[in-house]
Amino acid sequence: MSTPSADVKPGKASLLYDPTIRGYFYQILLLAVVGFVIWSAASNAIENLRAQKIASGFGFWHNAAGFDVNQKLIPFSASGSTYGQAFWVGLLNTLLVASIGIVLATFLGFFVGVARLSSNWIVSKIAMIYVEVIRNVPLLLQLFFWYNAVLKPLPNPRQSIELPAGFLLNNRGLYVPDPQFGPGGNLIIWALLIGLVATFVFRSWARKQQAATGKQYPIGLVAFGLIIVLPLLVYFATGRPITFVYPELAGFNLRGGIQIFPEFVALLVGLTTYTAGFIAEVVRAGILAVSKGQTEAANALGLRAGPTLKLVVIPQAMRVIIPPLTSNYLNLTKNSSLAVAIGYPDLVQVFTGTVLNQTGQAVEVVAITMAVYLTISLVTSFFMNIYNKRMALVER
Amino acid sequence: MTDATTEMAPYAFVRRETLEQQPAPLSVAGPLAWIRAHLLSSPLNIALTLVCLYLVVDSVPGLIRFYFLDAVWTGTSRDACLADKVGRPVGACWAYIADRFQYFIYGSYPINQRWRVNIVFVMFALGVAWLLWTNAPKKKLGIFFFFVLLPISAYVLLLGGPGAERFLGFCLTVTLALAALYVVLSFVPQLVRFYIGEAAVGVVQALPIWKRFFGPKQLVLFALAIFVFLSLLANSPGLPRVDTGLWGGMTVTFLIAAVGIVFSLPLGVVLALGRRSRLPIIQLLSVIFIEFVRGVPLITVLFMANTMLPLFVPQEYSPDRLLRPLVGVALFAAAYMAEVVRGGLQAMPKGQYEGAMSLGLGYWSMMRLIILPQALRIVIPGIVNTFIGLFKDTTLVTIVGIFDFLRTIEATLVDPTWATPTTRATGYAFAAVFYFLCCWGMSRYSIAVEKRLAAGQKR
Repeated sequence: MSTPSADVKPGKASLLYDPTIRGYFYQILLLAVVGFVIWSAASNAIENLRAQKIASGFGFWHNAAGFDVNQKLIPFSASGSTYGQAFWVGLLNTLLVASIGIVLATFLGFFVGVARLSSNWIVSKIAMIYVEVIRNVPLLLQLFFWYNAVLKPLPNPRQSIELPAGFLLNNRGLYVPDPQFGPGGNLIIWALLIGLVATFVFRSWARKQQAATGKQYPIGLVAFGLIIVLPLLVYFATGRPITFVYPELAGFNLRGGIQIFPEFVALLVGLTTYTAGFIAEVVRAGILAVSKGQTEAANALGLRAGPTLKLVVIPQAMRVIIPPLTSNYLNLTKNSSLAVAIGYPDLVQVFTGTVLNQTGQAVEVVAITMAVYLTISLVTSFFMNIYNKRMALVER
Repeated sequence: MTDATTEMAPYAFVRRETLEQQPAPLSVAGPLAWIRAHLLSSPLNIALTLVCLYLVVDSVPGLIRFYFLDAVWTGTSRDACLADKVGRPVGACWAYIADRFQYFIYGSYPINQRWRVNIVFVMFALGVAWLLWTNAPKKKLGIFFFFVLLPISAYVLLLGGPGAERFLGFCLTVTLALAALYVVLSFVPQLVRFYIGEAAVGVVQALPIWKRFFGPKQLVLFALAIFVFLSLLANSPGLPRVDTGLWGGMTVTFLIAAVGIVFSLPLGVVLALGRRSRLPIIQLLSVIFIEFVRGVPLITVLFMANTMLPLFVPQEYSPDRLLRPLVGVALFAAAYMAEVVRGGLQAMPKGQYEGAMSLGLGYWSMMRLIILPQALRIVIPGIVNTFIGLFKDTTLVTIVGIFDFLRTIEATLVDPTWATPTTRATGYAFAAVFYFLCCWGMSRYSIAVEKRLAAGQKR
């Protein structure tokens, strides 16, 4: 373009081209635009709500709900409960399915991920097919499949499918024996808790001892004794105080036992299998990220396959695994909102579905729901980041 | 020394001729050895193999029998798929899929107007093939086609009616004006040269506004061609308005996915740039948007779009029922896209920025010419992954009452015409195959791209 001439003085640039001034200008412009959008949205919303005669504010929180929810972890009934209690029922149901789902999906995901790397051809191929199919089919379709195609067509309670250990499966859900604690039953729980704490203490003591002296202690054996054998001993010593009430047929329905609703089962199975497909890939990538030299070095030191995996490969793989694993946990929690499609009473179904329909207070209800999920996400990633920092590679 | 010893030892045996090549022993080669190494290497592996074989033998023949051997392929009503009516065990009821296939593709779109959807499908396929085919000519034209012309054409064709035709007329006028301007301006230099002589060539080159029309002339002409074609279509058979409430099936699924892709990519790039900006307010707003959207489920975004969007705008501009989830999906995907693009931006070495600055490029030229092309190329697999997620997530609009492909399947399942014990399994299998093929195809493509890009890094 123009040829640079030698006698041009590097004078002060025009204000128009000053990066700082430009920066301020752009930011003020953006703030003005965002502010205008928010202001006009808010004023429109106020006007529209007034026109539709919808109340605003959180007064609905204490109004009577007038609907019932089948699965509830806290007392809730159509007659005496409020929308606020409905919120808690939904939130607890979300947390319940998410926490159980996370645990199950982690186990299944690690299992499938390791299976995909197995030297056994058929095992790795089956794992691969599982991952490919699960990951490429929408979760909603899978939920419909589990709920409508697998659980709904089950026989009615009279022809329940009998599973081992007194479990019954029918189109009203899964019936599980209900444990009843007789006198002294609490002692078993205490024994289990004491066993867990003692195992933890012993393990950290043994590790310190090993680091200091090199002597190894049988951690696994002691843990087995404390966690399994001790409660069993207490169980027999107190005269077998736990009895089970088995579900049995009474009229057209089942009586006794704990009923696990089909919506819950479908959602749990769907979320678990779906997320496990993603976790499997995370695990596979993590294990592959550990260089082969590490395994070879461990072999050169004389470590056998088990300790090599436990002490050398897995700890290094975890560094790669944990961040994406965290986002998969968060995805599972967020995906549990698909419950609304199959009628599991989670937060979205109860609150954003039923309560929103009954009150019409869209702004408040949606805002609360979003705030809840946002909080869950932020809290989870906060703790996982702390954990991640502890596990992360410390470089010189 | 060795020579000496052989010389000295008369009985030493030294082979003089080469042996014939022997086949490898059975224990290291051949199918038997493969089976031993890959299936039976340890007791645990033997057990695993047996369990897996049992699983396969137990499930696969049953599935094949259900979906193919025992399946019903033709028929007009549920009677064709009922075991007692047919008199043999009945598997999947493909006759039902064949009967409702049109519905799965077009939803309730009026039958005599479905050619419009077909044209959009063809254009969509053309655009996709143009962009994805590695050696396709005129990629820039393809990008312009897919991201500008296709949305306009799809809007005009699918919706129709006076509003869409007015819009088409407006587009046609604008491109016509541009084309006329181009023609005039491209002749001016010739005229100048003709009247003033060759000395004026330098003057011509110093006039940048004329030169600007040499570049986009293809785009303008191409757009003109498409719009003329569209208005011919619109004028000859007429395009009556088809309300979005009648749209459905795969049309809507592809529409939502395409709108999500077309809007989320540029918006994601802008957000990613905002997040990496040094201007604190811009950065803060980008971070808030990205983290907020990524922290909530898509369902709540859809509920918000569905119930709150109409509240936020004046009553008379209340958005169309189909438009609301489109906005929600696009914003949602944009936040995820922003994080993917941010990864690419972070992977750019500082030297690239410094090189661009040393050339005297400003911020936007630097990003447009140096940084973004490289950054986006690195994260193509991530972008495709986001697209796959977006495509799967389109099913969620079912929940806010849009008739996408999955919803049309669900709707036919409650229809008594085809109510048989196996209809549900058939419908879900069909949906699963459709989504699987689309998502799997995308992931294969991203793997191929990854390999192609990695080829440049290989030594």
